[in-house]
Amino acid sequence: MYIIIALVALVFLVLTGVVVARLQNVLKSVNKPDSLDTIPSGNKINGAMFIVVLIIGAVAITWSYLHSREYFLPTASSIHGRRVDDLFWFSMGILTIPFIIVNFLIFFFSWKYQHKKDHRASFYPDNHRLELIWTIVPAIVMALLVFTGWKAWSDITSDAPRDAEVIEITGKQFNWIVRYPGVSDNKLGDYNYKLIDPQNEVGIDLSDENSFDDFTNPSEMHIPVNRPVLLKIRARDVLHSVFIPHMRVKMDAVPGLPTKFWFVPDKTTADMRSELNDPNFDYEIACTEVCGQGHFSMKMRLIVEDEASYKKWCSEQATFLQTYPEYLAKVPENLKAKAMKYIPAEAAAPADSSSTGGGAGNSTSLR
Amino acid sequence: MSAIEGLETAHHHDVEHEQHHEAPNFWQKYIFSEDHKVIAKQYLITGILWAVIGISMSVVFRIQLGFQDANMSWLKPVLGGWVSETGKLDPNFYLALVTMHGTIMVFFVLTAGLSGTFSNFLIPLQIGARDMASGFMNMLSYWFFFLASVIMFASLFVQTGPAAGGWVIYPPLSALPQAHPGSGLGMTLWLASMAFFIVSQLLGGINYITTVINLRTRGMSFDRLPLTIWAFLITAVLGLISFPVLLSSVLLLIFDRHFGTSFYLSDIYINGEALPNVGGSPILFQHLFWFLGHPEVYIVLLPGLGITSEVIATNSRKPIFGYRAMIASMLGIAFLAFIVWAHHMFVTGMNPFLGSVFMFLTLIIAVPSAVKGFNYITTLWRGNIVFTPGMLFSIGLVSLFVSGGLTGIILGNSALDIQLHDTYFVVAHFHLVMGAASAFGLFAGVYHWFPKMFGRMMNTSLGQIHFWLTFIGIYLVFIPMHYVGIAGFPRRYYQFTSYNFTNKFMDMNMFISVAAIFTFVAQFIFLWNFFYSIFKGKRAPQNPWRSNTLEWTAPINPGHGNWEGELPAVYRWSYDYSKPGAKEDFIPQNIPYSQTLESNFPHENELIATEKAIESQNFNDQFKNAH
Repeated sequence: MYIIIALVALVFLVLTGVVVARLQNVLKSVNKPDSLDTIPSGNKINGAMFIVVLIIGAVAITWSYLHSREYFLPTASSIHGRRVDDLFWFSMGILTIPFIIVNFLIFFFSWKYQHKKDHRASFYPDNHRLELIWTIVPAIVMALLVFTGWKAWSDITSDAPRDAEVIEITGKQFNWIVRYPGVSDNKLGDYNYKLIDPQNEVGIDLSDENSFDDFTNPSEMHIPVNRPVLLKIRARDVLHSVFIPHMRVKMDAVPGLPTKFWFVPDKTTADMRSELNDPNFDYEIACTEVCGQGHFSMKMRLIVEDEASYKKWCSEQATFLQTYPEYLAKVPENLKAKAMKYIPAEAAAPADSSSTGGGAGNSTSLR
Repeated sequence: MSAIEGLETAHHHDVEHEQHHEAPNFWQKYIFSEDHKVIAKQYLITGILWAVIGISMSVVFRIQLGFQDANMSWLKPVLGGWVSETGKLDPNFYLALVTMHGTIMVFFVLTAGLSGTFSNFLIPLQIGARDMASGFMNMLSYWFFFLASVIMFASLFVQTGPAAGGWVIYPPLSALPQAHPGSGLGMTLWLASMAFFIVSQLLGGINYITTVINLRTRGMSFDRLPLTIWAFLITAVLGLISFPVLLSSVLLLIFDRHFGTSFYLSDIYINGEALPNVGGSPILFQHLFWFLGHPEVYIVLLPGLGITSEVIATNSRKPIFGYRAMIASMLGIAFLAFIVWAHHMFVTGMNPFLGSVFMFLTLIIAVPSAVKGFNYITTLWRGNIVFTPGMLFSIGLVSLFVSGGLTGIILGNSALDIQLHDTYFVVAHFHLVMGAASAFGLFAGVYHWFPKMFGRMMNTSLGQIHFWLTFIGIYLVFIPMHYVGIAGFPRRYYQFTSYNFTNKFMDMNMFISVAAIFTFVAQFIFLWNFFYSIFKGKRAPQNPWRSNTLEWTAPINPGHGNWEGELPAVYRWSYDYSKPGAKEDFIPQNIPYSQTLESNFPHENELIATEKAIESQNFNDQFKNAH
């Protein structure tokens, strides 16, 4: 397929080779007369090159665009994503017009008005009406683009609906960790970066009762389809950026400055697999802010599923306290009874005495 | 004045020499020279050397990106330990390459190499001055740049590698040596080098501004200045306002790195340790950085546009269309350049309302840019175009400027930037509009003013071949790169195999890499032509392009003070090409209207009366004034 692009390149190469050869001939014949001649050798050839490059370039760009489309991202899987895409292609469509006109004029004029003997250029220093036209027309087009862009931008960045599913995603060198608010209270507990340790990777503050049923996952994020999802984004060490290409979602993760982004995914992973006819398709979360050696591989799987399977998955996840019962020691005395609910029965007894105990061994972290 | 003062000082220190006007020795003439022409050449040659290094780096990482399985062992002699035993490029060094490529090309090649060369060379010659306002400061400017260059170059050889956080060096990555090897000594050297670089830019900029304002020859009013000088003046003002902000952000970063402050650091847990820093904001750095960073784009581009204006007018044999509109649009661009910086930060978590404001301001820039584009095209219209290599590169610049500028309208739209931010679409956009366009400005300038610089001509045919290979090559590299960006490929990725959504388009990336290598190889034609012509080129006539500006009235090899005898007086603007009725198709600026009665317009005949007054005032000749 792209062999053809390579062929186009080859054509260019051959063309330039021809030009080289021709120029050399012209050079030999023209070089001898008086050195005061100001018209450089090969003026005609260079003029012709503009037309040649214009035509080949137009064909090459059209062709390469048509053949690249199959590699572009599939139709966006979120509501705002399709709006952004529509706006993008609409703007690109509008901008293609000046792209073609301007480049055509540059190349065509260069060829048409190349030096001719005994010909004189027109003395044409200004024309206020013309200048006014090409100040006002771009200004109007810009106003249109600004308006549509501004509408989309303010809708996308507006406050998330109240019923949005809130999920926290934390970037660190070099993976993402998601934290869910848990099935019982559906509220994310507080956090504090000073509480971070090898098990408590996102610094969950266990003195906040909302944190008792929170659970984390370092490898995949599940979200329900057709419901607003609000990502609360944090970074632990350096800048990262949450990028979900198929959802058209991107927002930086900044240490010390929590950010957010909400969107409504409306195609499940299964939908996409059948749509693209690719049983291995998966949504992916990537990092787009350079963060060090592993920047290119901070991958997290994203699974979009229907409400029922999402609820089921959530209920199957072990809460943080279940995984590391020894952290019960960090829960204040008055809340201990409440926290005990989240501790598996067999682990509850030893956890009381040792806080540094066995938890470290079966850590699921991917440090 | 100070140019002469400088010489005198040197003279006083030099006990052996008695005579005032005796020829300077080798060191004074070629190394610690205060002559703007020599300094310009120093900038040019240093810039070319940096360009070779910077572009070579891009070839290495293009090989990495286009040929993921390539065995790079053959680069071991150069890269040493950065290529593993199995011939793989080190991922940390990949980031270092990307970072240094950006830093070198933006600052050392396109800022110092372009502005430094042509502002220095052309300002005194085109405004009719003996030299810069302060030759000594001018010399300091170059040597601070040299010092910055030495430090930056040294950082390439540091054990832990040069700086590697991207050319924008966002903290906390750049502030924390434990976060990345490139944030260690390499980053320290980067910051030190940039501090000296900024000093150099400020010394240069103050000089350019002062010279343009104070040392214009008699009759050279602002509305007769060639557009090159307008561009250099506006560029210098931009640099003077924005570079100090970069210096302050760099200093704060140095404080965070070495003195335990928390300007940019807060809530960080790294390498098993929670840092004590709280209250800082990494976003603050981004604001400060882009307050320079965005004007920097125009610092790089405006000189190119100025050179293009001059070269296109000369070689179309037509006055530049809309001289005043060209100045107005440059002023407009320069003003807007300061109030659009946050369009680099739409998705940093900045308040979305600010995003709306900056989107609006950003898209306004399209208007003066469109005016410039259309004015260039109208200048070509009904011209009598001579395709000198300089002209070809200028035409190419206009094409690249427009093609790359249009996608800026997409990226300046905050809603669209969500998806495209930090993808290859951005890379393609700014390489076309700022990188390639400015580089074309540099080439156009070198080809056009080479005869004035070295008294010899460059080979025209080689220049034309160089143009076509480069022009086609640039488009072959960057048009496909837009497709890669639309497909969502993020920048600064060491390889694309980690994700399913990027694990495709392999042959496109390969194609881009091949095109990049092709374009790189084509530059050796220029290098050969340049260095060969310095020594062996055909001798240049005094005014090879039949141009109007003052530098072509100076001797072929202008000596100290540029003109022998009196400084030329200026009676007209520099764009009287193909004037109806005139004998030749050009009338240099120093020809009075009283000598061109056949081609004068009525309002110009009225100006004949002022000629005596212009002739008699000669305030600015540095050789005549006591100092």
